Amino acid sequence: MSAVEKDAAIQATRREVLQAAGVLTVTLWLPANSAQANDVDVKSAAPFAPNAFVRIDKDGIVTIVSKHVEMGQGAYTGLATIVAEELDADWSQVRVVGSPADAKLYGNLAWGGAFQGTGGSTAIANSYDQLKVAGATARALLVTAAANRWKVPANEITVANGVLQHKSGKSARFGELVEDAAKLPVPTDVKPKDPSAYNRIGKSAARVDSKDKSTGKATFTQDIKLPGMLTAVVAHPPRFGAKVKSFDASKAKQIKGVKSVVQFDTAARSGVAVLATDFWSAKKGRDALQIEWDESNAFKQSSDDLLKEYRELSRKPGDVAKEEGDVEKAFASAARTFEATYEFPYLAHATMEPMNCVAKIGKDNCEIWNGEQFHTIDQLMVAKTLGLPPPSVKINQLYAGGSFGRRANPLADYVVETVAIAKAAGTTDPVKLVWTREDDMKAGYYRPMYVHWMKAGVDAQGKIVAWQHRIVGQALLAGTPFDSKAPIDPTSVEGAQNLPYHIPNLKVELHTTKPQVPVLWWRSVGSTHTAYATECFFDDISRETKQDPYEMRRALLDKHPRHLAALDLVAEKAGWKKQRPSDEVWGLALHESFGTVVGQVAKVKKTPNGPKLAHVVCSVDCGVAVNPNIIAMQMESGIGYGLSAALMGAVTFKEGRVEQSNFDDYQVLRINQMPSIETHIVPSKAKPSGVGEPGTPVIAPALANALARIDGKPVRSLPMSAQGVTLA
Amino acid sequence: MITLDINGQKVQTDAEPDTPLLWVLRDHLNMTGSKFGCGKALCGACTVHIDGNATRSCVLPVSAVATSKITTIEGVGGSKIGKAVQDAWIAENVPQCGYCQSGQIMSATALLTTNQKPTDADIDAAMAGNVCRCATYVRIRSAIKRAATTLA
Repeated sequence: MSAVEKDAAIQATRREVLQAAGVLTVTLWLPANSAQANDVDVKSAAPFAPNAFVRIDKDGIVTIVSKHVEMGQGAYTGLATIVAEELDADWSQVRVVGSPADAKLYGNLAWGGAFQGTGGSTAIANSYDQLKVAGATARALLVTAAANRWKVPANEITVANGVLQHKSGKSARFGELVEDAAKLPVPTDVKPKDPSAYNRIGKSAARVDSKDKSTGKATFTQDIKLPGMLTAVVAHPPRFGAKVKSFDASKAKQIKGVKSVVQFDTAARSGVAVLATDFWSAKKGRDALQIEWDESNAFKQSSDDLLKEYRELSRKPGDVAKEEGDVEKAFASAARTFEATYEFPYLAHATMEPMNCVAKIGKDNCEIWNGEQFHTIDQLMVAKTLGLPPPSVKINQLYAGGSFGRRANPLADYVVETVAIAKAAGTTDPVKLVWTREDDMKAGYYRPMYVHWMKAGVDAQGKIVAWQHRIVGQALLAGTPFDSKAPIDPTSVEGAQNLPYHIPNLKVELHTTKPQVPVLWWRSVGSTHTAYATECFFDDISRETKQDPYEMRRALLDKHPRHLAALDLVAEKAGWKKQRPSDEVWGLALHESFGTVVGQVAKVKKTPNGPKLAHVVCSVDCGVAVNPNIIAMQMESGIGYGLSAALMGAVTFKEGRVEQSNFDDYQVLRINQMPSIETHIVPSKAKPSGVGEPGTPVIAPALANALARIDGKPVRSLPMSAQGVTLA
Repeated sequence: MITLDINGQKVQTDAEPDTPLLWVLRDHLNMTGSKFGCGKALCGACTVHIDGNATRSCVLPVSAVATSKITTIEGVGGSKIGKAVQDAWIAENVPQCGYCQSGQIMSATALLTTNQKPTDADIDAAMAGNVCRCATYVRIRSAIKRAATTLA
């Protein structure tokens, strides 16, 4: 029996036990110290939702099944916190595992539940009520089991830190009750706790993955090694849309360790893969390939030419995304008008772990190992590639070494590529696709390039009375299975068409362009550009009309109390109204994305070596703060990610070829460029919204607004480094 | 066959001599804690210690380190400083996606070995070769200071 077959046999046994055990399954096969992201087969364990998320074994280990990937944002810890709260579990006994692909049990409720995936900062938001019920139901069953055993009323039993107690002195740990509890009918009317009784939600539990990630033990896709596994390194086309015409693999095949060379064609791209016993042999083989490409239908434009086209388009009326009042009329009667053009480059996600995936094609099934962000989409795409029913594709969840949107690909590009290679090689051995950094940088799926044209009018008192905002760029979902074919792609105008400031005459327009560049959502999606354009333009007007940017924002937020509260909090904590050090300039920005409002004040110090971003004060309203420490971590992370792009992020094309390749020509933020950051959370009883993305889009305008106060010259084209603006 | 001294143990590998140490560790010796990020010594995810010095293993042919003492993330906790750094990393909840953190910890341990009380500027200088796309840099600074305090 091979290791994989053995695993399959264990899985089968697991299924039987799970079926027999009901909600509180006895999971003796899980090592007690397991905190890995490995998949478990829980599908058949839980015929209805509350059962799908909680398992407790005889040792009292509480295993929480996460339907979301842990790609850094703390989802595993946050989701476990919600369950542990309702369950009154002992945190030291809580483990988290990734769920299999199953939209019925694990669909993302923020997306209607039809498919399973992680994104849009929804992990906590869509799971909050679901996991409260799951935890409370499990707790109720344990209480009933104890009440039955001790012959006491259930309402006399208390639960704390994984122990049930009765005033008679009787007590039992979770593990002692699981077999009894598993036999009970599952109640369907359990009420979660009153928030006043919370003792975990709102506290900062330690992350469940810190230890494994600090000792090299966490398992990422890159770390998977299976018996007989081959590593595939690929040659991608030099231009998007090019196809393999012919290739000569004779030199590659002479390299020790190389097993086979195959061509693959997927919806995302065409290429040649070298399969070898290990990465280095495969890479040497790949480098020795001689390939002739058919570039007749390939993308051959340069980004400079695209920019020119976009600028011209931005001067022409577009499709109307939103219209209130009459901007033309208001401009005509305004005391003063302002115009500005903002430009944004293509951006790479540049996750630390380049894209990779492991696939094993069986006789009538397929198994995938991946840091899985789009469970049922990837499953469906793999199934289509192989002509299998989707349930025959098993997804094993692993930790993802960053994603920022990259792994949620409607075409499942790199996952399908792995499967296509394994299929072309005709092997039933596992195949691990490993992209080099250069492959990852050049393979596409960028945040699109955009040009914004804006115009505003103010009255004699300097109050903004009209605001026109025109956006030019690619739609993220065009040509994918998510393409709604509507003229307005909502992701192109989010953050612009819902401008929070109350302006009586407002018009937002869109030109959707279609260059042959693969694009994708990038941490905070439309807000990556709309927050910059709106918040910088607003600040420019405040500067030009000599108004305080904080007070000017306040005056227009009367209909948005959450924005106002986040703005007031960041201003208060930054000391906005107090005397500022004479060598500092401050910039303010405020933006809502994914239901979370973030305010930031960037404090820039003027030094002999130029301006230095010394400190950022950040406020955030994300509803109930499930884990305040993780919220602060995500604000810091978003600020760093947004700052990296604002300062130096740009993917450019020369006659279709991507000009960047690695971290030398696609520079990313390093520790010496990171400001200190303080995060303040707006107290809230509202349902939680997400924090993975909303910190990201605010820092660039906050920084730009500070820098503009030095010389009055706003930066309107990113990255700043391309405009000669660098920080000390 | 090349014999290597890794984490105090002698191990043999039949890897080709030009294979970078990183891939010998990962593919031949099943030590996957050191990560592949760039392959060009630009990101630091592959950092190990060669005779105590933080070194990028992704561009280092294995044939060049046959006589060196190699320490990886799997063994760094065996030293007092390495253990203090790992404990500080856990206490400060530094890792997010976690992919770069083995390299960060190796660089931080090397820093604290030569500088017991690093300033922010010392930390920035020593750690600037290690990229973290989750930008955990604020907490990396805190963790290094915490480790320095516990070692003092």
